Amino acid sequence: MSKLQATTGRAVPARSATTGTFARIARYTLVRGVTLIVTVVIGVYLAILIANGGGYVDQMRIGTVREQISLQMANNEALRDMSLQERREYEQRLVDIEIARLGLDQPFLVRSFRYLWNGLTLDLGSAEYLLSDSGSRQGRNILGERLGPTLLLMATGQLLLFFTSVFFALFLSRRYGTVMDRIVVALAPTSAAPAWFYGIFLILIFAALLGWLPFGGMVEAPPPRNPWLRALSVVRHLILPVGAIVISSIFYTSYYWRTFFLIYSSEDYVDMAKAKGLPSGAIERGYVLRPTLPTIITSFALTLISLWTGAIVLETVFGWPGIGRLTQMAINLFDTPVIVGTVVIYAYLLALTVFLLDIIYAVVDPRVKLGGGERRS
Amino acid sequence: MTKFANILRELKSYPSAVAGVSVILIMVIVAIYALATIPYSEAVRLWRGGDNVWLETPRNARPAWINKVRREKLPASIILKTSEDPSLKTVVDLGGGVSTSDVVFTFDYQYDAFPSEISMFFTAKFDKARPNVSMKWITPDGREIRLTDMTVRQSESYRISQDNAVSRRVGGLLPEIGLFADPNDPSKVMKGTYQVVVEGLVFEEGSTLDASLVVYGQVYGLAGTDHRRRDIMVALLWGTPVALAFGLLAAVGSSLTTMTLAAAAVWFGGWVDYIIRRINEIVMILPLLPILIMVGLFYSRSIWAILGVVILLSIFGSGILTYRSMFLQVKESGYIDAARAYGASNARIIFRYMVPKVIPVLIPQFVAQVPNYVFLEATLAVLGLGDPVLPTWGKLLNDAYTSGALFNGHYYWVLEPAFLLVVTGLGFAMLGFALDRIFNPRLRGL
Repeated sequence: MSKLQATTGRAVPARSATTGTFARIARYTLVRGVTLIVTVVIGVYLAILIANGGGYVDQMRIGTVREQISLQMANNEALRDMSLQERREYEQRLVDIEIARLGLDQPFLVRSFRYLWNGLTLDLGSAEYLLSDSGSRQGRNILGERLGPTLLLMATGQLLLFFTSVFFALFLSRRYGTVMDRIVVALAPTSAAPAWFYGIFLILIFAALLGWLPFGGMVEAPPPRNPWLRALSVVRHLILPVGAIVISSIFYTSYYWRTFFLIYSSEDYVDMAKAKGLPSGAIERGYVLRPTLPTIITSFALTLISLWTGAIVLETVFGWPGIGRLTQMAINLFDTPVIVGTVVIYAYLLALTVFLLDIIYAVVDPRVKLGGGERRS
Repeated sequence: MTKFANILRELKSYPSAVAGVSVILIMVIVAIYALATIPYSEAVRLWRGGDNVWLETPRNARPAWINKVRREKLPASIILKTSEDPSLKTVVDLGGGVSTSDVVFTFDYQYDAFPSEISMFFTAKFDKARPNVSMKWITPDGREIRLTDMTVRQSESYRISQDNAVSRRVGGLLPEIGLFADPNDPSKVMKGTYQVVVEGLVFEEGSTLDASLVVYGQVYGLAGTDHRRRDIMVALLWGTPVALAFGLLAAVGSSLTTMTLAAAAVWFGGWVDYIIRRINEIVMILPLLPILIMVGLFYSRSIWAILGVVILLSIFGSGILTYRSMFLQVKESGYIDAARAYGASNARIIFRYMVPKVIPVLIPQFVAQVPNYVFLEATLAVLGLGDPVLPTWGKLLNDAYTSGALFNGHYYWVLEPAFLLVVTGLGFAMLGFALDRIFNPRLRGL
């Protein structure tokens, strides 16, 4: 297949080469997308298997049904005259109907696939205790409401982290061996601690001791009416959690990438470029950054994956009203539908991250672009 | 063996490695000390004991060494017991089974701040008639403040700090402040010798009355106490072996199994390789923390169950790809061909020839992974999914966080476990970085 394309590409030079590249990237993206969808389906199914833990959750749900029905019957004046025996039978009948309605009487294998579909479409039924801010009990509404803040926090933090790290690493590789460089190398082990951990210290310093920034939350209470002031308030609340994300990873990523840049800047072609008298900016962009980009993106992808799940505690620590904080609340209230929902959402977010990075990878890695084989793993 | 000695010699030339190794050694010593002095059952009892174990420690007290750096000295607890010092008690027989049992507690108060609480505890032995007590407080300047009169059950506690009548008698201040305040300036402590007089009356032959006075301070021990009066030191000490065991076992368990699997995948190739890579792709999008949360909620919160799941999930994590690419190179080596030629079995080739080859590369990664797992335990605990019985650093952080320690200014409560986490994490990370440079020639000198 690729051989065929290569030959056609050679036959009609200029235009077809670009469309060929495009087609290859598109095909690559499509294949990756389909694989990822399959992986997400399997992942969510596993999550459902775990969540259903040997029918434990079913037991709980049947228990709730029974309790609700007996409560309804106790409040129903019309049933007062029934004998105990009649009442029992009537209650059992109602319970059976409700169980059949919820599908709890079907074998688990059948149900698990329905759960899978419901999970994938985030049709999670109603939460047991939690309410969305607008008062809805639908799991989907509750999760949807929280998705925005999480994306805002994580996207800001991750983008800031990526770009500052790349430029910082380039800067350091230029100043190899200076005091600054040594300090960063010495500080690299500090990235062993997760973001929420630095969050605690940032809160301690900037909120508790200095009082400059808020302890947590996303906007002031009550939120300002003026949209500009509200945005400003959100920014003020963003500073500390984003700072925690950046601080927790910047030294390690800078150190790691700087080392890569250093290794690559000792290559012969870089010396050649220097000898040709190219400006240092052009050397950095074209000869050092370019070949290291695929590696850097892979390592950043791994950072991202750990950051996503780390967000649960980060949001909890900062009281940020996102999915992570929701997870924590759902844990405390034992709200199963919401917990399963958060697992599904995180699986989606992770898959999306992997997918986006795959596309970027395809764009920057010449081996993919030129169809030189599958992605190096 | 000489190789090992060489590595050691090289390690010595990295100051960060030396620091890391010393930190790890100190942690191991602390862990052994903790296990030796506080057995498992004792640790669990102390941490879950409730009110009876920590009856005489103050609530939310700061560590005692804080007085060394403060100009205004905070009070330590003052505990006086007749059961330990019988000379405090004078018993006079009045005949007919009735006797007085008077107790005078005398203590010198030289601190600049007020105590946090004051309580009296009584234990009495009697058949039917309960002893009677009447108590008064004598300040250094000789004022006498009546506290209360009461009959005493087998064990009785009188929380002076919660007695509104006493509060009224000292001008509406809280009892623990009013009883110690200078009447001319109620914001100042009157220093000097205080006396608490307990006049007891027992009505039966052989009946006894013992009393103890606890003036709860604001500082306690090396580490302070939490909101449930527990000595934080217990959790700090016991958290050390737990953190080390969790971190090391998770790192060893996941890296060894991952490596073996990667070697098998490369050696057998074909469908084995295919399946392992597909599983890896699934595991990569499985969110580790939410899965752990579900396991913690639905199955078991025991730290060992969680450890098992962590290992299981990280076996197929990102590490397997790194090892796989290393083994792909190893597989092409001549000595593997030689082994194949003399008819070595698959298992022999994998375990005797392939795995040992990459172990040097594994060691730095393995050491650098330990802090991740140490922090993972803390992360789970902060989410309220810590081990239900064991005291750990993460649970301390969780307790501190749920009771708003930062907001209320109980900084020590957060800083102590955080400090230990950081030090442990840094110790392993620094050693790992140094080892990485020693084993990875490309990084040498960079």
